[in-house]
Amino acid sequence: MDYFAQQLINGLVLGSIYGLIAIGYTMVYGIVGMINFAHGDIFMIGGFMALISFLILVSFGLTAVPVILLIVLIVSMAITALYGWTVERIAYRPLRHSFRLAPMLSAIGMSFVLSNYSQVAQGARVKPVPPIIPGGYALYTGASGFVVQLSNVQIVVVITTIVLLLIFTWLVARTRLGRDMRACEQDQTMAALLGVDVDRTISMTFVIGAALAAVAGMMYLLYYGLVDFFMGFVAGIKAFTAAVLGGIGSLPGAMLGGLAIGLIETLWSAYFSVEYKDVAAFSILIVVLIFLPTGLLGRPEVEKV
Amino acid sequence: MSGEQILRIDHLTMRFGGIVAVNDLSFAAERRKVTALIGPNGAGKTTVFNCITGFYKPTAGTMRLARDEGSEVALERLNDFRISKHAKVARTFQNVRLFPGMTALENLMVAQHNALMLASGLTFLGLIGAPSWRSAEKRAIDRARFWLDRVGLLERADDAAGNLPYGDQRRLEIVRAMCTEPVLLCLDEPAAGLNTRESASLSELLLSIRSDQGTSILLIEHDMSVVMEISDHIVVMDYGVKIAEGSPAMVRDDPKVIAAYLGADEEEAIAVMEAGP
Amino acid sequence: MASVTISAPEVKPAAAGIAFILKKAAISAFIALVLFSLMVGVRTEAGPTGQLTYWTRFGELAALVAAVFAGSIVIEILRQWIGPAGAGALVPPALQHAIKTAARLVAPALLLFTLLVPVIFYDQRYILDLGVLVLTYVMLGWGLNVVVGLAGLLDLGYVAFYAVGAYSYALLATSLGLSFWEGLPLAGILAALWGVMLGFPVLRLRGDYLAIVTLAFGEIIRLVIVNWQSLTGGPNGVSGIPRPTLFGIALTPADDGLAAKLGIPFSPTHRIVFLFYLILALALLTNWVTIRLRRLPIGRAWEALREDEVACRALGINTTTTKLTAFATGAMFGGFAGAFFATRQGFISPESFTFQESALVLAIVVLGGMGSQLGVALAALAMIGGFELFRGFEQYRMLVFGLVMVLLMIWRPRGLIGHRAPTVYLKQAQTISSDLVREGHG
Repeated sequence: MDYFAQQLINGLVLGSIYGLIAIGYTMVYGIVGMINFAHGDIFMIGGFMALISFLILVSFGLTAVPVILLIVLIVSMAITALYGWTVERIAYRPLRHSFRLAPMLSAIGMSFVLSNYSQVAQGARVKPVPPIIPGGYALYTGASGFVVQLSNVQIVVVITTIVLLLIFTWLVARTRLGRDMRACEQDQTMAALLGVDVDRTISMTFVIGAALAAVAGMMYLLYYGLVDFFMGFVAGIKAFTAAVLGGIGSLPGAMLGGLAIGLIETLWSAYFSVEYKDVAAFSILIVVLIFLPTGLLGRPEVEKV
Repeated sequence: MSGEQILRIDHLTMRFGGIVAVNDLSFAAERRKVTALIGPNGAGKTTVFNCITGFYKPTAGTMRLARDEGSEVALERLNDFRISKHAKVARTFQNVRLFPGMTALENLMVAQHNALMLASGLTFLGLIGAPSWRSAEKRAIDRARFWLDRVGLLERADDAAGNLPYGDQRRLEIVRAMCTEPVLLCLDEPAAGLNTRESASLSELLLSIRSDQGTSILLIEHDMSVVMEISDHIVVMDYGVKIAEGSPAMVRDDPKVIAAYLGADEEEAIAVMEAGP
Repeated sequence: MASVTISAPEVKPAAAGIAFILKKAAISAFIALVLFSLMVGVRTEAGPTGQLTYWTRFGELAALVAAVFAGSIVIEILRQWIGPAGAGALVPPALQHAIKTAARLVAPALLLFTLLVPVIFYDQRYILDLGVLVLTYVMLGWGLNVVVGLAGLLDLGYVAFYAVGAYSYALLATSLGLSFWEGLPLAGILAALWGVMLGFPVLRLRGDYLAIVTLAFGEIIRLVIVNWQSLTGGPNGVSGIPRPTLFGIALTPADDGLAAKLGIPFSPTHRIVFLFYLILALALLTNWVTIRLRRLPIGRAWEALREDEVACRALGINTTTTKLTAFATGAMFGGFAGAFFATRQGFISPESFTFQESALVLAIVVLGGMGSQLGVALAALAMIGGFELFRGFEQYRMLVFGLVMVLLMIWRPRGLIGHRAPTVYLKQAQTISSDLVREGHG
């Protein structure tokens, strides 16, 4: 029971990271109807940005961890957001009115560019860092002697995720930009006719998605202590699975889906086998799409004949 | 079902979530006759079509099709492609749905898919070029040629369907449906967007299909000149229910029908009619 | 009538242009600076003790930013020079017409050339190897073309069938001792079965969802291969796969080998020539079957499915079986290619069956102009040939490949061959422009 409780905690933390990435997928799909294959690699870039800025700050002699983390957060969010903006501008905007396969192949190409770019720029080897946020709390000791722990890192990840979610929900529900985004999601032409700057709204969607992915990257670095150039591919598919599971186009759904995937992956590796945990995640995707093509919280589509 | 009827709809109801698009609709269409389904926009006519042709599963009610030899087919239990393949009900669409990247001839060949699949021995006879396949293909091309000629598209048989002018596309869609050799042809607003001359030639085409092929026709239409000219029987819908049914003359003078189209209520319509010209 | 001429103020379009171009280039350079600042400007590496260290590369950073600045200027100048008419306006009409007439000869000329490659390049092992590689991808492209190009079903996991074919043949050959000619049809059948199994769950899916599920399938197959060590040998792969024989006669220096039977001195080149003609035969078989199927109801139904699935249903076509046959047929050809790959290499491992392979084959199909046999062949030649040119620069290869994919989609999203040929005609086959042909939603 205690082992299970520990896996539960671990799964929810991992799920928060997936959820942050999943929001980017679901927003982009909702507004331009394309799966941004390069989004997982944006997450990877975010991780690298966090890693490198952290290294630089530490080498300058800064020791106050909260200050370092804040600066790293801002820097990696800003730069990664710019990556997201650039990718959209170069690879997707020219193809917005083209046929469906073109932006998809462009996105796949962009994904290769980003992952190989970081491989070329930083070398193929995994980059480890020592634990940045050490320590934690022993929650309780179970009958078997197993100690259920909650580490400080886990607390940071969860709190950061909650704060960002709140900011973001406020953004979508209350601000002008959020309203424009929702309008473009429903009907781009009409939104444009009503004075919405569609290009800018779409760009901002990519920017916000990239910023959240950057946070996820930084959380990943803090939690696992490493980044590598290939982490975007698998995390990307899992996060997309999460977005689909929760219902594409639904933001709370993306987070819910992320938590679900995180839990499934953690529990599967704990109780069945570690090697096949990715197979479990992919299989969930297939099963979900067969029975729930619109996901848990998605809107059902009636085919207009 | 009487021997004259080919299609009988009984208590058909279609619900989408909270919206009742079609409410307890009953009517019958007669063999070798043209039955028109008319009504203001949003009355539920296309929904009825989609139920009959297997694109929606009705919430309640039955739709029975009478075959030539007397047996009945329960359309509400068939779905998808089977309605066309087994029940021989063909349809056209409100927004023309041709295969734009294929030629007019290819479009008509696709329509004869099921017969050709059998003749090609599920492809294998076709692969080896068996003579039985070759003659079946030739017959199919001849049938396509016949129908293209009927609508004056023989010269444009090798043109891409997407390149054809709108009126030609509409006619091509109809003859493509005829290539499936249906007993019931359902047409969804075939005259939409056609000018007077084109509507007249459409009416002539439909009448000849009815008399030469003996196909029964069920038709949704807004163009009253076409409806009045070719229909044998009219069913009027509004807000998902049937509000009138009868011969064209009866329906034309029915105050309920006029009221529905004018958006007024019945008393006003009667008052207007009694006031005279 | 006196005409009054009002002289407009002297506007210098050239000067305004230069200022505009410079401003754009400066903005691009600044963006590049921010993007590359950390990734390029700083290089991290794990030191000998596992500690992460870094050093700066400001020189490279400055060079890259300068390149972006210069490149931006060049692109803007090109854009203004070519103008909205596009690059096509640069080619005079007479030349365009000549190219069109020559185009009709490309297919037979290419075929003739391919048949003669082993004769022309008999001594150049490298060229023959390259030829075998190109032909393998041509066959894969033609196989995927059935699914994506003809039926319009977005398959991002085609490598799964390639892997199933390769591993089926490898395992059957090494454990049951089957020869290539016995194993080949079995590999195809097993791959086709997998095609049907993939097809069932995705029947109701459209477009992007279909794509992501096929991608997931491809990854599942790869992960299973990697982890099911007892069956597949895991990351170590399967080795000792027997080489193909010419109907039982081996291509060895032994006395019962082919060379001895023909009375000619043995040379290791014999095997590679044999492999070349073998893959050529397999590819041509794929091509022939595809062309024939296009003219049969099944092939026409595939294309109709791509054009408008709803209309297909209204015409009584069983779209389920149509989709499944498309998947199965494409998968079968992938399986054949996989079996060939296994026998050519003598050794296979999961590393050859990654998502990048699926993406590469898909890029070949889309670049070729979906549905066009010749286009796919040319695209395979261009892509694989191009890949080979970068052989020395392993790291940059995929980077350039990705960039090329992006640029190609922006430049020619419908592919090299911009038209579709109808399969039946009364008077004359007129090719249909790609603008009219739908791309399919799966």
